[in-house]
Amino acid sequence: MSGWLAHLPLLPILLPLLGGAAMLLLADGRRTARTVISLAVTLAQLAVALILLAMAGGALPGLGGDVIAVYRLGNWSAPFGIVLVVDRLAAVMLTLTAVLALASLVYATARWDRLGAHFKPLFQFLLMGVNGAFLTGDLFNLFVFVEVLLAASYGLLLHGSGAPRVRAGLHYLVVNLAASLLFLIGTALIYGMTGTLNMADLALILPTLNAGDRSLFDVGAAILGIAFLVKAGVWPLNFWLPEAYGAAVAPVAALFSILTKVGIYALLRIGSLLAEAGTPALFGGTWLFCIGLVTLFFGCAGMLAAQQPQRLTAYCVIVSAGTLLASVGLGGAAMAGPALFYLISSVLATGAFFMLAEMIERSRAFGANVLAVSFETFGVDDPFDPERPDEVVGTVIPAAMAFLGLGFISCALLVSGLPPLSGFVAKFSILATALAGASGDMPLLPAIVLLAAILGSGLVGLVALCRMGMRIFWSSDDRIVPRLRLLEAGPVAFLILACVALTAGAGPVAAYLDATGRALGAPQTYIEAVLAAETPASSNGAPR
Amino acid sequence: MELIYALAIGVLTGSGVWLLLRPRTFQVIMGLSLLSYAVNLFIFGMGRLTAGRAPIVGSTAVADAALYADPLPQALVLTAIVIGFATTALFLVVLLASRGLTGTDHVDGQESES
Repeated sequence: MSGWLAHLPLLPILLPLLGGAAMLLLADGRRTARTVISLAVTLAQLAVALILLAMAGGALPGLGGDVIAVYRLGNWSAPFGIVLVVDRLAAVMLTLTAVLALASLVYATARWDRLGAHFKPLFQFLLMGVNGAFLTGDLFNLFVFVEVLLAASYGLLLHGSGAPRVRAGLHYLVVNLAASLLFLIGTALIYGMTGTLNMADLALILPTLNAGDRSLFDVGAAILGIAFLVKAGVWPLNFWLPEAYGAAVAPVAALFSILTKVGIYALLRIGSLLAEAGTPALFGGTWLFCIGLVTLFFGCAGMLAAQQPQRLTAYCVIVSAGTLLASVGLGGAAMAGPALFYLISSVLATGAFFMLAEMIERSRAFGANVLAVSFETFGVDDPFDPERPDEVVGTVIPAAMAFLGLGFISCALLVSGLPPLSGFVAKFSILATALAGASGDMPLLPAIVLLAAILGSGLVGLVALCRMGMRIFWSSDDRIVPRLRLLEAGPVAFLILACVALTAGAGPVAAYLDATGRALGAPQTYIEAVLAAETPASSNGAPR
Repeated sequence: MELIYALAIGVLTGSGVWLLLRPRTFQVIMGLSLLSYAVNLFIFGMGRLTAGRAPIVGSTAVADAALYADPLPQALVLTAIVIGFATTALFLVVLLASRGLTGTDHVDGQESES
């Protein structure tokens, strides 16, 4: 690997940083220039992510199989310097981020970015933080990038202002600041015990610790794990999530559906690296499994209780986090492949759903949802029912409503995991892997529990979404047909079509992700690649 | 020195957590500040407490690690201070916005019923 390819891992961080900074230099009024820059930068990120995806998967000719690209900043070698690492997992997450970001950005250009200042620069800084968190190879830079993404997300959450957003933003800020402090305590404890922050180096040093240091290390790791679980939106640390995601403007909420996955990524990455020396609690195993199940239950209850589409979607995010954690907790690296497939499918689906929910809200007359609830609660039939004119039957459904309805059905199928879309493939492969593992060496009971929980959550999701769909599309007479612009309908269609493509290409995608899972199960390759004693170019010269 | 240091961290953390759980936004921001001081001291302490040792290896002397303080926690603390400062400032803005929009300094934007 040489030439320009060697510098590619830096670009997902550098591109949004430079793009965002360039946009800050332009006045806020120059929307066209900002739009062009942000679209170009996001498209470039997608291109880079796709090349990295091909490279990590061994699809680029002349590199000889899978490549774990390690970028050493300033050419300092690994345990001392800062490294960026691109392996299959990181490349998959980068690509997912870029796809979601593109859709969300296009949607935002239709109207939302005018609602406040500096939407697009903040958007790019958020992407920089997310990409950096996926790329970095050491704990402290993970903290820094998480802070970058959080700082941008505070701004984006408050975008558009208004009392509900500010209140949700206040809670979001406090919870995440507290979580960041926990993150720092955990990192500091781990550094104090092992003397390193590099994740690969950590995996090597961990088995050499004596019992006393090891138990302190476990304390540090547990505190770190709590910080990640807060980010992942896990019960009982997720009461901020429905509030915040429900209050954010639609494109921001859509982009936020990747943020919870940063926490899950960190758990998966660190858990897999430390697996050989004994995974600390909260990074895998029974704890994670139980926490995931409770989160799943909480999310389901929330879905049933939610009245607005956007809040319902926020609970879908919680359900997806619960499903992911429960499956990873049950199967570890063996489950990582199917779990990642579910992750991709659910992030795309919830992203599309957030945008769709906002367009649906536009079509409902003010107070319609309150009326629908009270009708249902008191068992009152629609008072105008007998007088309804017959010619309604022949009315042509406007194209906008047809699009919204179709989109809603697709999202419902994706979220509840029904065939024929990718949600079904994902849940099916998780369950198949769980049962296959149970017939082998794992105990049967947890697999059965997982089966029941996932199928049950699918049923609950279907009930909640059916009810919501009927209330929105069938039962309201006084709705306004919204005017949809291509810029708004396009991104939703794009995300749903991406899910369709994921279903059609399920074979190759699942093969890629299974290989990712196997790579996570055998972290030796990753560790060796990061710590490879490739002599820096400057060391050939005489010491100065 | 260790005892005083540990007590300082403990007192700061305790007060910080108590303030964080209070219902007024100003108390919350004070709590977060105290907590971040405690965490910064904690990170610093994780590099082992030493007195009178330089963190930077000079160009002339032969490096003996025992003679120097660990520079890494100091760098980490510096980063954490910068990030904490920025987020606290941001929190202050949101606090004022919340006060202006809701007319109360309660964290939930409304006084509790009791």
